Amino acid sequence: MTAVNTKKRLFQVTPAPHFHSGETIPRVMWAVVISLLPALLASIYFFGYRALQIEVVAVVSAVLTEAAIQKLRGRPVTVSDGSAAVAGLLLAFNLPVGVPLWLPAVGSAFWIAIGKQAFGGLGHNIFNPALVGRVFVMHSWLGRMTTWSPPRTALYEGVDALTYATPLGAAKEAVVSLVPAAEGVFSTADMFWGNIGGCIGETSAIALLLGVAFLLYRGYIRWQTPVAFIAAVGVLTWLLPEQDGALALTPLQHLLGGGLLLGAIFMATDMVTTPVTGWGMLIFGLGCGLITSLIRLYGGFPEGVCYSILIMNAFTPLIDRFTRLRIFGT
Amino acid sequence: MPKFWTFKGGVRLPEHKERTAGKKIRDLPPPDRVIIPLAQNAGSPPRPVVEKGQAVEEGEVIASPSGPVSSTLHASVSGKVTALDDFPVPYGPPAPAVEIETDPESSSRRRLAPLSDPSPEEIRSRALEAGVVGLGGAGFPIQVKLAPPEGTEIDCAIINAAECEPFLTVDYRMMLESGPKVIDGLKLIMKAVGAGEGIIAIEANKMDAFYKLQSLVHREKNIRVELLQVKYPQGGEKQLIAALLGREVPSGGLPSAVGCLVQNVATAAALSEAVREGEPLIERVVTVSGPALKSPGNFRVRIGTPFSYLVEAAGGLPEGELKIISGGPMMGVAQAGLEVPVVKGTSGILVVPAVHRERNLPCLHCGDCLRGCPMGLNPGDLATLVEKERWAEFEEHGGRDCIECGCCAYSCSSGRDLVQLIKLGKEALKKVKS
Repeated sequence: MTAVNTKKRLFQVTPAPHFHSGETIPRVMWAVVISLLPALLASIYFFGYRALQIEVVAVVSAVLTEAAIQKLRGRPVTVSDGSAAVAGLLLAFNLPVGVPLWLPAVGSAFWIAIGKQAFGGLGHNIFNPALVGRVFVMHSWLGRMTTWSPPRTALYEGVDALTYATPLGAAKEAVVSLVPAAEGVFSTADMFWGNIGGCIGETSAIALLLGVAFLLYRGYIRWQTPVAFIAAVGVLTWLLPEQDGALALTPLQHLLGGGLLLGAIFMATDMVTTPVTGWGMLIFGLGCGLITSLIRLYGGFPEGVCYSILIMNAFTPLIDRFTRLRIFGT
Repeated sequence: MPKFWTFKGGVRLPEHKERTAGKKIRDLPPPDRVIIPLAQNAGSPPRPVVEKGQAVEEGEVIASPSGPVSSTLHASVSGKVTALDDFPVPYGPPAPAVEIETDPESSSRRRLAPLSDPSPEEIRSRALEAGVVGLGGAGFPIQVKLAPPEGTEIDCAIINAAECEPFLTVDYRMMLESGPKVIDGLKLIMKAVGAGEGIIAIEANKMDAFYKLQSLVHREKNIRVELLQVKYPQGGEKQLIAALLGREVPSGGLPSAVGCLVQNVATAAALSEAVREGEPLIERVVTVSGPALKSPGNFRVRIGTPFSYLVEAAGGLPEGELKIISGGPMMGVAQAGLEVPVVKGTSGILVVPAVHRERNLPCLHCGDCLRGCPMGLNPGDLATLVEKERWAEFEEHGGRDCIECGCCAYSCSSGRDLVQLIKLGKEALKKVKS
């Protein structure tokens, strides 16, 4: 048999392995976007098209800022990987519906620039960028960020937008004014479906749970963080005494009434800023739950999810160091 | 129902074995010329004992052992030595090799004296004389494995029939077609090291091989056949021992440290042939497969046969941009050309379409690499330490324990070349240490 003439053929040479699972950054990020869609629809349903406007502005601002900074840094523009869109959407979810539209634009631009690109871009940031953006707008425009509008259904019943409160806010308010808030305003069913005041993406428990089911099914998040986070808040708000004069909230109201589900499912599970091992995730989730409970019960703010995650983000490298896996044969 | 054993970590891969699993091993005639690289075994390459222009007979020794961990090479065809020079090889940069032009007229073949009842010492020296090395890829000379270090006792000899790399069907076909040889090889190994127990471990995607071997050993008291879950890298020596016996080979140690010896199917059969028939190791079975090949199959060819000859036998190169892999898709080496020869460790030649994907994007810290790692390492972390040239930490974090299976890079959403980086780190560590 004569040798085959292979002189003209060139073959691809790359290092092993030559198989790949097919998982890519865009695949992961767009899956997260899909998992956020139920909450997005719920936000429109309960807060009207203004919610959608806020979400669109936050996403567009995030994408444009990221592209602009990457151009300035002379780096490839990678906005199509979906990571800017994810965090833009998450930032919008953390805003009340009454904010002016420049606020999500400024917030998105800030977190992209300072929360993400200043650290070196995707994968290098220490703190959850969407939450960095939230803290920035919260402290810059505190009044606008704490003016809660009622969900659509309540509006029809003639509730005054300015006096409307979130379940957690009402409880905290009671501490200050020593006037018990109206009982029964927030039924468990309302909190489950999302028919309560709050940030536009955080109120509907059912929509968030649909999202987490999808992410767990696809294997992009693991159960440890959300379960530890939520369980810790449930147990601690049940065990610890409330501050004097506070409207006593049940653990269930703590779980459903604020940003806990949104935070535990979508923020505390952010891959970049949280631990990698199962034990690490448990510790991270428990830490978040502890800090959230302490802020909610004894702190000055009605809500503590955002700060608890940011504080625990700072501990991520330490947790990773102490939860290293046992190397085979050692 | 038998129990399915397994290990921690690893990934589930598409198997792609159906294209060649049903194909009987086909003997191919010798090619026009063979290129026999000297370095085909772990340890020191044998020293050539032939000269350019010299006539050699099939089975004649062309290179003899050069040290305690070395092997013997034989002419795989009768003919004339036409060159002693550097040639392209499938496992690295061009390396010294003996080129032999085949004499189509000659049909003689040199054999060693068959041994019917060899002593342990005779088995070891025969393995060396016949050039039997591990045929799974690493090429460890088996006479060395058959002489465990002083003070260690081997109680269990394991035949690794996991064949966990996708596409490859060499061991599977050998079990179906040469089952008795495989079992005889296992008995010889057990005798050489004094092991009281023999296990043949098969992944559960090869049930007919399992039943075939079980029917062959059902009268043997001290040999059993076990089934393993289909998971990569089940055929990794350490993973195999952990799955079957629950013993962990200590970090940096050899299987003998936990009383085990592992050989693959083809190696056991080759040892049997070397002892019982006096056959030197001059041929092996190679799976030639890939989605675009017209007639993929399992072929028995002479050591030194060019890849091009085998690809031609499998229907020739298809159109399009291709990748040629020597070995399996997880640990195999991509080839720049088809002129490289089959060596003792060549278990497969894969012709697959070239894939262009983004590589080495920033790490997302998702942890998929460490969940896939069968060694309990954090590959993403190790790769970053290599990029930053922090060798001490690389070592402290277990860089040297990596078995280079590729599960991490397979799983990485950022497409990082994790195994490649860790391999670089291991090399660098050797240099730093010396």
